[in-house]
Amino acid sequence: MLELKNVTKIYNPGTVTEMCLFDHFQLQVKEGEFVSIVGSNGSGKTSLLNIICGSIPIEGGEVLIGGENIAKMKEYQRYRRIGRVYQNPSMGTCPNLTMLENMSLADQKGSFCGLGRGIQKKRIDYYKEQLALLGLGLEDKLHVKVGALSGGQRQAAALVMTTLTPIDFLILDEHTAALDPKTAEIIMELTDRIIKEKHLTAMMVTHNLRYAVEYGSRLLMMDKGGVVLDQSGEEKTHTTVEDILGLFTKISIECGN
Amino acid sequence: MELLISTMMQGFIYALLSYGVYITYKILDFPDLTVDGSFPLGAAVTAYFMVNGMNPYLTLPLALLAGAVAGLATGLIHVKLGVRDLLAGIITMTALFSINLQVADSNLAIERSIDTIFTAAPTAVLGDLSLTYKKFIISLILALVCKLILDWYLQTKSGLLLRATGDNDTLVTSLAKNKGSVKILGLVIANALAALAGCIVCQEQRAFTSTMGTGQVVFGLATVIIGTTLFRRLSFVKATTAVFFGSILYKICIQLAISMGLPANLLKLAMAVLFLLVLAAGSWKGGAKKHA
Repeated sequence: MLELKNVTKIYNPGTVTEMCLFDHFQLQVKEGEFVSIVGSNGSGKTSLLNIICGSIPIEGGEVLIGGENIAKMKEYQRYRRIGRVYQNPSMGTCPNLTMLENMSLADQKGSFCGLGRGIQKKRIDYYKEQLALLGLGLEDKLHVKVGALSGGQRQAAALVMTTLTPIDFLILDEHTAALDPKTAEIIMELTDRIIKEKHLTAMMVTHNLRYAVEYGSRLLMMDKGGVVLDQSGEEKTHTTVEDILGLFTKISIECGN
Repeated sequence: MELLISTMMQGFIYALLSYGVYITYKILDFPDLTVDGSFPLGAAVTAYFMVNGMNPYLTLPLALLAGAVAGLATGLIHVKLGVRDLLAGIITMTALFSINLQVADSNLAIERSIDTIFTAAPTAVLGDLSLTYKKFIISLILALVCKLILDWYLQTKSGLLLRATGDNDTLVTSLAKNKGSVKILGLVIANALAALAGCIVCQEQRAFTSTMGTGQVVFGLATVIIGTTLFRRLSFVKATTAVFFGSILYKICIQLAISMGLPANLLKLAMAVLFLLVLAAGSWKGGAKKHA
């Protein structure tokens, strides 16, 4: 499904602050896998997502999705097959547009935006249905500007918008980090349900070790641009938060943190 | 009375320019200075072709096209060459000053014998109204038609994407849309409208002058801010409607200042002061307003 081959990423190349994060980095993600990625700050988790989405350039290597090299594709072109939910709830929605306008916009992913009516009346029931699945009452707020909703509601809406149209690959970039514990829990459960229902391949970066252990079919721990732990299947089900925390602390002590 | 009618007519014509500035400044959050060049470009093209015998109504689409090209230039400079928004506009605006001189010299008058959109044969349906009233009605119709088209456009898929791009362009990228193209489209529409305003102003005053573009951005911004601030509490008023009234109100304010003895040479100073007052009032009333 997703394959990174010999990916090299150098920040500030040619300057005194030059920093090589990835040196011939390799990663394979199989179809239907839900990969949780943990690691300390600066370990390369978010850079990894940004490289996959094309938000930052790479100095060498290949990024393949379904066997096709997308390393040369522009960011917006890659999002035809990728959906992404950001850490900041305001990144995934338009605050000055209503919930209905946001949903209609998300519905346009993958099709051309011409002079047809922006809001398709016959789709409204479908939008309501999708929002109702969240159980947050958003289906009754179709005409409310999204900027007036809470962070949790916006993040839930962003999640629904991202997965409204068919995508192959879902990227979750610390998408629960800005939410309070209870809302984060709700969003995490929703995420898991949506991924299972729509059979998505997903990668989730998180600082919450418990989420990494509880959710997903594969667990990666990253450090200094490399993978230090890679567990999946049977092995992962036996892993506990304590195991991960132990390794995490060990790495941190080595770093001098 | 005559003066009020003619001042309101000015407001109607310049409302077209305000719609354009509304698209770039308010919707796209793009401070576009191209308008100072595309407005007189519309006038220059109109004056040139009318003096050379073109039907006055045909100059309307021609001006739209000329303005669209100017907007396209700014858009390409900004998006493809990565020049900052403000500078991209300044580059096109400066270039257009020379281009306008090439098209119509520093002054080009349209003689009385040449029919304008206000005097040509089809205006006979308005009966034997005086020219002032004919101008009033025709410019009102043009302003309203453009407003309705713009309102319709903003509800289409393309219009929705335009609004989204100004609101959150990260989302637009995530939806696999090229935000650069959307910005270019917005600049094209905005400058086409500005040039159309220039075209009608040129026909109304029967002249092109190379300096007529100076201060048009300030005018546009002021009307957009006046309009949207005044009608902020009334959510059922469309922004285009608010901008339309902003334009009329602004022209009346300036006319009042002139009537009270403001020398014409101080007009741009008065415009700048009025703009400043509008901005200051906006930030007092609205608290911490982001763009003010």
